[in-house]
Amino acid sequence: MQKFTRVTGIAAPLMKANIDTDVIIPAKRLVGHRRDELGAFAFEAHRYQPDRTDNPEFVLNRPRYRGAKILVAGENFGCGSSRESAVWALAGFGFRCVIAPSFGDIFTNNAFQNGMLLIRLPSEQAERLAAALESCVDPTMTVDLERRVVTEPSGTEMPFEIDAELRQALLEGRDEIGMTLAREAEILAFQERDRAARPWIYRPRPGSTPAA
Amino acid sequence: MQPHPRTLFDKVWSSHVVAELAGGVSLLAIDRHLLHDLEGGPSMRRIAERGLKVHNPELTFAVPDHAVSTAPNRRADSTPNSSRLLREMKDGSEASGVTYFELGTDSQGIVHVIGPELGLSQPGMTIVCGDSHTCTHGGLGALAFGIGATEVMHVLATQTLRQTKPKTMRVTLDGKLAPGVAAKDVILATIGQIGTGAGRGHAVEFAGTTIRAMSVDQRLTVCNLSIELGAKIGMIAPDDTSYSYLAGRAYAPHGELFDRACAHWRTLPSDADARFDVEHAIDASRFAPQITWGTSPQDVIAVDQRIPDPAHETDPQRRQAMEAALAYMGLKPGDAIEGTPVDWVFVGSCTNGRLSDIREAARVVAGRKVAPNVRAWVVPGSEATQREAEREGLDKIFLSAGFEWRKAGCSMCAGINGDTVAPGQRSVSTTNRNFVGRQGPNARTHLASPAMAAAAAIAGRIADARKLS
Ligand code: SF4
Repeated sequence: MQKFTRVTGIAAPLMKANIDTDVIIPAKRLVGHRRDELGAFAFEAHRYQPDRTDNPEFVLNRPRYRGAKILVAGENFGCGSSRESAVWALAGFGFRCVIAPSFGDIFTNNAFQNGMLLIRLPSEQAERLAAALESCVDPTMTVDLERRVVTEPSGTEMPFEIDAELRQALLEGRDEIGMTLAREAEILAFQERDRAARPWIYRPRPGSTPAA
Repeated sequence: MQPHPRTLFDKVWSSHVVAELAGGVSLLAIDRHLLHDLEGGPSMRRIAERGLKVHNPELTFAVPDHAVSTAPNRRADSTPNSSRLLREMKDGSEASGVTYFELGTDSQGIVHVIGPELGLSQPGMTIVCGDSHTCTHGGLGALAFGIGATEVMHVLATQTLRQTKPKTMRVTLDGKLAPGVAAKDVILATIGQIGTGAGRGHAVEFAGTTIRAMSVDQRLTVCNLSIELGAKIGMIAPDDTSYSYLAGRAYAPHGELFDRACAHWRTLPSDADARFDVEHAIDASRFAPQITWGTSPQDVIAVDQRIPDPAHETDPQRRQAMEAALAYMGLKPGDAIEGTPVDWVFVGSCTNGRLSDIREAARVVAGRKVAPNVRAWVVPGSEATQREAEREGLDKIFLSAGFEWRKAGCSMCAGINGDTVAPGQRSVSTTNRNFVGRQGPNARTHLASPAMAAAAAIAGRIADARKLS
């Protein structure tokens, strides 16, 4: 997993609320493409014109936001399906960090597990940041996870909150499977106790033919 | 000392905590891990590549559903991508000892349909699957939720998950449903009332007399749309309806073990004075058959209502979203939604692809013909459902009306297997998502109950099923 310490880059505003995972990556792209190929299909329905040339109206296609690493989005970003490919598509597009007032639950989990930093900022702050990106000359800003600070293009700093363990995992690029397997003895002890208390859980076996 | 009153969710959650980790995260034991074709094979391969084993293959079950063809004469390689995905999932299952439900057997079907149907899903279990509609299994009193691909690997390798405990919410639905009102209408109307963001960060318990009176199939439909309420988890307390549903199912406990399990299940319902972080009380007796008009499940009205006018909306963001939805759907504010011509009708999915749903649609269709402008499909949720429906002669009803009667799978719900609605075409669908492009690029989806979908197929337009039955 890629570490996240400090990222400086172009930030793009996409302030529509409830951008769901079907918008981020259409379902039809989930088969037949590897996860590292999905960036090409991020926001597909909005990004391209019918002839598959770039839609100049779409904010991420505007020259000033090309190569953006940071996305500033509206509330409930990433709602909808559990597909982790939404995170892969965003990462493939080049994003390392999304800032929004709120995020879809499952999307939040998926993002952290792929080294993508999600920052929650109150609506007014996110709106103000988006407006600043639109009006400034160069929409480049910095996200510093070590210091837990977002630096706006103007140089103004905004602190943000983040769960301590998630922050640590992102900083170290640590994988959760490894962390959990270190607790194997605890897992086995739990299962042994549980097997005695709820034996039916551990003995699923087909009885008769299933009925509808 | 009186024990602290607890909710159903709290009881199931706390009995599965293996360890409390830093930052309010719990390591939760997982009782059932369900794999579907999009993630199953690749996840097992990635685990093997890392030199890891499946921790508890006996608690892991794999079934092909999303990518498979639903054509009556289908094979594993009938769709361009299913061939590789199914081969990989089958091989991975065999190599690691995971149970694989083969195409062409009674156990195959949509993962959220076969779980309950086979008795794999039981009250008080933690059930996960790499699919957001895993909340469906909450209809039997399980703590079930969708996970991402990295979490799928985590469960495969450790049989646990790291989770932050959500807050709790209770949605109490009281009252007797009016004739012609289905479980789907109940949950759509609820979402319409409290919004698609209402459940965010919460585990929702559906309670009340309306829910108590429901069959397990109906409860599964209600819980299926928990994620459309914003909640990863939706649950309904188990009761005698649930226990008799499970008795005798293939993977449910049998004999003495069933009695022991049942005694445990009876301890699960929320204590009378348990507290929830948020409560909603809704009178369900006033619900009418619902139909969505927009591109979010909360964009929903009763079939006899008019399409809402964004001009009357005060929140500018909401107004904009409504305008965009109406433009996408090709609808005009103020028009009656009833009578809108349709091109497609789809009865199926993990929302409404169970036997009772197919019966409900068949009752409307019986002795009638599909309108000439409409293509209509029934895709049973599982092969067992299909077989049972055929035993009852329901396939004949649909076929002689002009419906296609197909094989089990997700099909047109998300169009991943290539079953899609053509651009600009309008479909009435018993699925759970009317998002932009969900059923195909520029497809216009109206969510409704099986009876309402059947009525649209017959009328050739959006119709009030009550007038047909
Ligand atoms: S039927 Fe639809 S919602 Fe259900 S699992 Fe399949 S694709 Fe997902």
